[in-house]
Amino acid sequence: MANLAHETKAIYVISYRELRKFIRERSRILGTMARPILWLFVVGGGMSRLVRPVGGVNYIQFIFPGMIGMTILFASIFSAISIVWDREFGFLKEILVAPISRLSVVVGKAMAGTSISMLQVLILLIFVPVLGIRINVPQFLLLFLSSGMLAFSLTCFGILVASRMSSYEGFNIIMNFLVMPMFFLSGAMYPVKLMPPVLRDMAYANPLTYGVDGLKNILLAGASGTTMGPEYPAITDFIVVAGFLVVTAVLANLSFRRAA
Amino acid sequence: MSNITVNSLVKKFGAVTAVDGISFSVEPGEVFGFLGPNGAGKSTTISILCTLLGPTSGDASVGGFDCVRDADAVRRSIGIIFQDPTLDNGLTAYENLLFHAYLYGMDRAKAKKRIEDALELVGLSARKNELVRKFSGGMKRRLEIARGILNYPRVLFMDEPTIGLDPQTRNMIWEFIRELKKNTGITVFMTTHYLEEAEFCDRIAIIDLGKIIASGTPSELKAGLNGDTLNLSAMDPKGLDAEIRGKFGMDPKITDGGITLTVKQGDEILPALIKGLSTKITSVSMTRPTLNDVFLSLTGKNIREENGDPYGPMRSYARKNHGGH
Ligand SMILES: Nc1ncnc2c1ncn2[C@@H]1O[C@H](COP(=O)(O)OP(=O)(O)OP(=O)(O)O)[C@@H](O)[C@H]1O
Ligand SMILES: [Mg+2]
Repeated sequence: MANLAHETKAIYVISYRELRKFIRERSRILGTMARPILWLFVVGGGMSRLVRPVGGVNYIQFIFPGMIGMTILFASIFSAISIVWDREFGFLKEILVAPISRLSVVVGKAMAGTSISMLQVLILLIFVPVLGIRINVPQFLLLFLSSGMLAFSLTCFGILVASRMSSYEGFNIIMNFLVMPMFFLSGAMYPVKLMPPVLRDMAYANPLTYGVDGLKNILLAGASGTTMGPEYPAITDFIVVAGFLVVTAVLANLSFRRAA
Repeated sequence: MSNITVNSLVKKFGAVTAVDGISFSVEPGEVFGFLGPNGAGKSTTISILCTLLGPTSGDASVGGFDCVRDADAVRRSIGIIFQDPTLDNGLTAYENLLFHAYLYGMDRAKAKKRIEDALELVGLSARKNELVRKFSGGMKRRLEIARGILNYPRVLFMDEPTIGLDPQTRNMIWEFIRELKKNTGITVFMTTHYLEEAEFCDRIAIIDLGKIIASGTPSELKAGLNGDTLNLSAMDPKGLDAEIRGKFGMDPKITDGGITLTVKQGDEILPALIKGLSTKITSVSMTRPTLNDVFLSLTGKNIREENGDPYGPMRSYARKNHGGH
């Protein structure tokens, strides 16, 4: 890395480009925001009539952390997959031939995915008072930080996957065999400890489980110890997500360097 | 010192040898052209020179920096217009250039000034805030050229810069390259399979199947052929033939209603011939050799007949160029 100011500028402009395009494409914002909101009110609202509140938490409140997790998962992976688009449409060459390090490209892409995710998380947080969840300012900051860590690690995970994809055709495979299972096996919709044993073991191996649980530790703290509450101590969630972040960040860099 | 030096460069893709031991050098301020049919290895050579591909063997340096060991220094000193489009269709013209400027470490003020200048130069100032998606193929190409020179490169690579463009835009681009060369002393390395375009180059190398089969100035290459063809029509072709043999010691062929002759420096011989002949001549014409003749004489095939579809690359350019993003 020859010049830190230059690399910083490159990281800035790589993420700025993605954000600019995200904000420009209104339909994309609507599309990505519609998903968690629909789930929240259609699935969450419907199920609330079947499932009794436990520990002062009703079902729609129970899945709210999961909806944040889902938003981050989709936004981060989708943003990272833009690398495949860039390769397909040639723009990646413009980036790869520039006098900047491969590390800056990955960091720029990771920051882009993180910012786009966080923008959507902020929109979702409007529903906190609507759903009757009470959090204070430190909790809000903690929520923001946990979401950010999760978003960054999932974007790096997406970059790792994208740098191994040679064409956009693999996208559906990734969506159906990786992203959807990660979502369903994360405790977002259903407490992990109540899952059938095989699925439960898979959920334990899913880093998103700990990301969602971390959010539950903040948003559903009152229900701790009940089926609706968080399942692990916050520190466990933090350590797992932080570990996942470090591993995906390193692997994303190695993988991108090799593919580029 | 040369601005580009290439020594015994080889690039293999599995069983395919795309570049097969080429060597050449390009002097500062020169416009150097790679002329060759589809699949000759032109783009592969450019990819190695601009550090996107590593060579299988041999070495290459640009601006005195080794393309493998000193890739970063090479990247800082070059500009590239790739064969296939590399713009972001979802950004405006201005944003595409701003992105480039920041990647090359410019600050905001410098970037703004250079972008305005570059847009002015390629005639896109009025459209700078439009999405590139809405641009025509020619406008996109001009924007890519503006982007290629934004960082004031010492060496500019252009891979088929005018492919798929109409004659006006092609001329505009050529005018632009000449101005650029005159004003900045930039070194240009370009590839083409348009023969007319190769004629604009100071020096060219003809490449086929990964090998350089000839190089020199366009006129040197053409001079290597037998020369110009003179056609003289006359009422009495046999008489003309005899007179030319007798007076000039040449070896014409009799054709329908005249004779044909192959000579070096046809432009000098023709007036002398007409002056010295007493047989009545009804018309004269002269054709000069083209680079295609050079290519034909070296390889036994026409440069454009490759794949039976000379517009293939053009179509693929147009297709990619109009795809969404
Ligand atoms: N990434 C690659 N993988 C495998 N083979 C490749 C790759 N890139 C190029 N080739 C092969 O190398 C050869 C030279 O290709 P190259 O693109 O350099 O030709 P070119 O002279 O630029 O042709 P054109 O005029 O069509 O652009 C071709 O046979 C091509 O199929
Ligand atoms: Mg090519």
